Amino acid sequence: MKDELKTQQATNKLVKKLVVTVFLMFGFGFALIPLYDVFCDITGLNGKTSEVAAVQSSSIDKSRIISVEFIARTQGNLPWIFKPEVKKMNVHPGEMHQLNFIVKNNSVSNMVVQAVPSVSPGIAAAYFNKIECFCFNQQPLKHGMTADLGLQFYIDKDIPAEYSTVTLAYTLFDISENIEQDEFMKLFAANKN
Amino acid sequence: MATKQVSWLIPAAVLSGNTSAEEMRLNMTQGVTDISASVYNLHMIIFYICCVIGIVVFGIMFWSIIHHRKSKGAKPANFHESTKVEILWTAIPFVILIAMAFPATKTLIEMEDTTDADLTVQVTGSQWKWHYRYFEHDLDYYSLLATPQSEIHNKIAKSANYLLEVDRPLVIPTGQKVRFLITSDDVIHSWWVPEFAIKKDANPGFINEAWTRVNEPGIYRGQCAELCGKDHGFMPIVVIAKEPAEFNKWMAEQTEIAKNAKAEEQKLLSMNMSMEELMTLGEKVYNANCAACHQQNGQGIPGVFPGLKDSAIALGDVKEHINIVVNGKAGTAMQAFGKQLALKDLAAIVTYERNAWGNNTGDVVQAAAINEFLVDK
Amino acid sequence: MSTTNSNADNHAEEHHGAPSGIMRWLLTTNHKDIGSLYLLFSLLMFFIGGAMAMVIRAELFQPGLQIVEPDFFNQMTTVHGLIMVFGAVMPAFVGLANWMVPMMIGAPDMALPRMNNWSFWILPFAFLILLMSLFMEGGGPNFGWTFYAPLSTTYSNDSTALFVFSVHIMGISSIMGAINVIVTIFNLRAPGMTFMKMPLFVWTWLITAFLLIAVMPVLAGAVTMVLTDKYFATSFFDAAGGGDPVMFQHIFWFFGHPEVYIMILPAFGIISQIVPTFSRKKLFGYSSMVYATASIALLSFLVWAHHMFTTGMPLAGELFFMYCTMLISVPTGVKIFNWVATMWRGSLTFEVPMMFSIAFIVLFTIGGFSGLMLAITPADFQYHDTYFVVAHFHYVLVTGAIFSIMAGAYYWLPKWTGNMFDEKLAKTHFWLSLVSVNVLFFPMHFVGLAGMPRRIPDYALQFADFNAVISIGGFAFGLSQLLFVAVVYKCIKGGEKATAQVWEGAEGLEWEVPSPAPYHTFETPPTIK
Repeated sequence: MKDELKTQQATNKLVKKLVVTVFLMFGFGFALIPLYDVFCDITGLNGKTSEVAAVQSSSIDKSRIISVEFIARTQGNLPWIFKPEVKKMNVHPGEMHQLNFIVKNNSVSNMVVQAVPSVSPGIAAAYFNKIECFCFNQQPLKHGMTADLGLQFYIDKDIPAEYSTVTLAYTLFDISENIEQDEFMKLFAANKN
Repeated sequence: MATKQVSWLIPAAVLSGNTSAEEMRLNMTQGVTDISASVYNLHMIIFYICCVIGIVVFGIMFWSIIHHRKSKGAKPANFHESTKVEILWTAIPFVILIAMAFPATKTLIEMEDTTDADLTVQVTGSQWKWHYRYFEHDLDYYSLLATPQSEIHNKIAKSANYLLEVDRPLVIPTGQKVRFLITSDDVIHSWWVPEFAIKKDANPGFINEAWTRVNEPGIYRGQCAELCGKDHGFMPIVVIAKEPAEFNKWMAEQTEIAKNAKAEEQKLLSMNMSMEELMTLGEKVYNANCAACHQQNGQGIPGVFPGLKDSAIALGDVKEHINIVVNGKAGTAMQAFGKQLALKDLAAIVTYERNAWGNNTGDVVQAAAINEFLVDK
Repeated sequence: MSTTNSNADNHAEEHHGAPSGIMRWLLTTNHKDIGSLYLLFSLLMFFIGGAMAMVIRAELFQPGLQIVEPDFFNQMTTVHGLIMVFGAVMPAFVGLANWMVPMMIGAPDMALPRMNNWSFWILPFAFLILLMSLFMEGGGPNFGWTFYAPLSTTYSNDSTALFVFSVHIMGISSIMGAINVIVTIFNLRAPGMTFMKMPLFVWTWLITAFLLIAVMPVLAGAVTMVLTDKYFATSFFDAAGGGDPVMFQHIFWFFGHPEVYIMILPAFGIISQIVPTFSRKKLFGYSSMVYATASIALLSFLVWAHHMFTTGMPLAGELFFMYCTMLISVPTGVKIFNWVATMWRGSLTFEVPMMFSIAFIVLFTIGGFSGLMLAITPADFQYHDTYFVVAHFHYVLVTGAIFSIMAGAYYWLPKWTGNMFDEKLAKTHFWLSLVSVNVLFFPMHFVGLAGMPRRIPDYALQFADFNAVISIGGFAFGLSQLLFVAVVYKCIKGGEKATAQVWEGAEGLEWEVPSPAPYHTFETPPTIK
């Protein structure tokens, strides 16, 4: 009898532990998402660039030239025009540069878009510093209107020598439907476009 | 060579009665680039290693099966462990693996080095076609399956390159480093050309890089390799590699044609096509671009792709109809065809959809009407 | 199974007398009953999933679209995969664990009998939901059993919610089963049954159960994220909202790769029981078998991204996952060598379970070889998502997992029913299966290498001949399995009476109880020598 009771207690304890493990692992599945972002930041996986503004660079490395290519795309059905002022720039590491991307909303309605950057090769993303970027914010634009979206950036001096070409691609996503109505209005009120 | 090496593995009967145009291949292609050749070599090395291990291990096992049977009076031995032997057969595979890892790592490093390219091509996948844009030139176009539906549905005999032919192949120069920037417009696709040993996923919102340097001019065929929906099996890739001089000539011609086409479109605006012309052209363009989802009979696939026969859009307001064809519908598989097709084709499609399958609206839509929705002209 | 123990009436669950008919099966908490239910359920699912494979092979018999439309074809490949993985292979192993684990460790039953009943009876509902979704307007899930986003989110049809719900239920069932196995093995071993005396089937299942606890919740998380992305405007996998579609693949394969070992470790256990029996010799290297199993399980958490080499990983990532994957072949090799060493200088006989086991060793190793080839990243760029991969995982899962289940079923069938099976019929089943399964899967290596992508309803002409051969092999393999049903049916109905030991060389607690095993065994714990 005593043995049976002991077994019962041990069973209850073990079941509890296992159930807790199950819930922890369920949580871990979700935790993988922020963990993955951290991991990407460290390794440059997928070429995600930082979502916050960088500080200005202090010095310029004139001995190297890196060619930076710009690609601008709209996702799927978005009836917008979106292109960089220049397709390609030759820059020194540490040197500040500024360029505009031209957008035009060709649809029949007011829309809000989000630009998602992607850098290739992925590792180079960690060295692509943006002082100012339209991709930090959601961009509202009334139909038929045109706007210039600014990007200010420099390539970090520490970029490894094997990266002589860096490609920055922006993809515009329509996020109008994902924003609340008053938020939507506010965006347009704040923005003269 | 390679074919012979493995052909003993299958019965000869299988090899006879081969009707395909291309010689049936049993092994991985050696391809037409240095990289693809080293990939092929890696494949063969690891294959031979596996064969040797297999022959030794199974040889011992079958020896035992034949000689150590009870029916032959075999008495069971008593041993059931030996630390020496066990360490040995952990260590040996380990050494083999390390030996294998060296050439694999070397090839991989070469494959990932996309710097110093001579030409860059942006490759974009979408349901279910590829789009190519030459980064340094003023040229971009869609590349669609060219195999007619009647071949797929067994109504006429299948041509030699069944399912592996497109209307506009990608053209690249030989001997130059060509870099591909690969992305997608909707779901994940994968751009695969076996002869180049390139297979790279096209992820929406992200770009991936790959490169090749083709040694021999020729036509190379591949397919989408990642399940991307209904017509995943019907979005082939065809790449033509030309000598650099020929490539430059081709590029000059094509950019000229593209420029002229735009001018031609402007002329079209004042021109009126007849209903008959529009319907004939419309049917052709519809079957190539729209029938995959909306079906040739315009009835769609219930619950997946809406039908157009007797539909509110095809029978309702013309402007709404044009808008959806030109600009697509957000959040659905309906693409913005304004980016993909000529004005004339768009006009023909809308006219066709409004008058085919008993949708007898009598509406005739001209290029000028379409143009109003293409504000970027 | 009519033999009841004299003190059965004292048992808690039978205070009101044993229910009869359907209620007996609905309310049963007996590990043997539940084991039988699991096994019969998995057999049924094996045939339903198999029928879908027949549809796939019929469509692929010739180039061109003949029988089904591409969208339905995709539904077939998806549901075939889901049913075979979650409905056929996993429940079969759980069924074997239910029957054999308590008997092998000298326990009276599973530790949590009522939960055991639940974990089985929610399973039929999960699959009913999944199968019914096929009849919805728009069809069932069509995005592959790997349900990559955004094909399974933004671009999927309305039945996705049902798919998610059904996977949740399957997951809950597996988790409950795993908890039960762990608790039983930890707490109900007979006195003297130390961990290092446990039969290998028990060991492999213990490790499998831990894998299940670790990764099934991650799968539940993944399907939940797909659900909220599709219906509740979250953007875990949508680049527009800051998500990443490749992220989905990381989460999925973090579950998916250990899942592969969940489906093969118990198979290793079964083979490790059978080979010594028919070699009349102790298993070679028992402790190295245990360590190999554990290291395979641990390594399985470090290799998931080898399914994703083409997604555009940085070089360092590709190298790391390539090396780890190659490393897995070392402990797997140890297992193969140990089995061969067990047979070496034994006194071999070749009854049906042994025949299936030998076929397992050879054919699983072929699957292992192609796995090693797939680990070589540069070559994987050519193999990935082609029929070479399809050949690889069918060698591992059909001639691996399924053959081991067949071997186990033939091995223990006399213990379950008390009757010997019809050996002639069983041997016919074996030889037909062996030949047809190779006609079915071996040529897939060639079409894959020649460049045929997987998951396509139609293909270029140069693949036509091989596909015809593959389809013929497929139909033959499918039909051969009907013989298995015949053998099992005949064996339940009657036959030559089996002794307690059944097989001459069999050793272990399960062979010390009479055949058929009484409804209640080891109510007083046995003594272990």
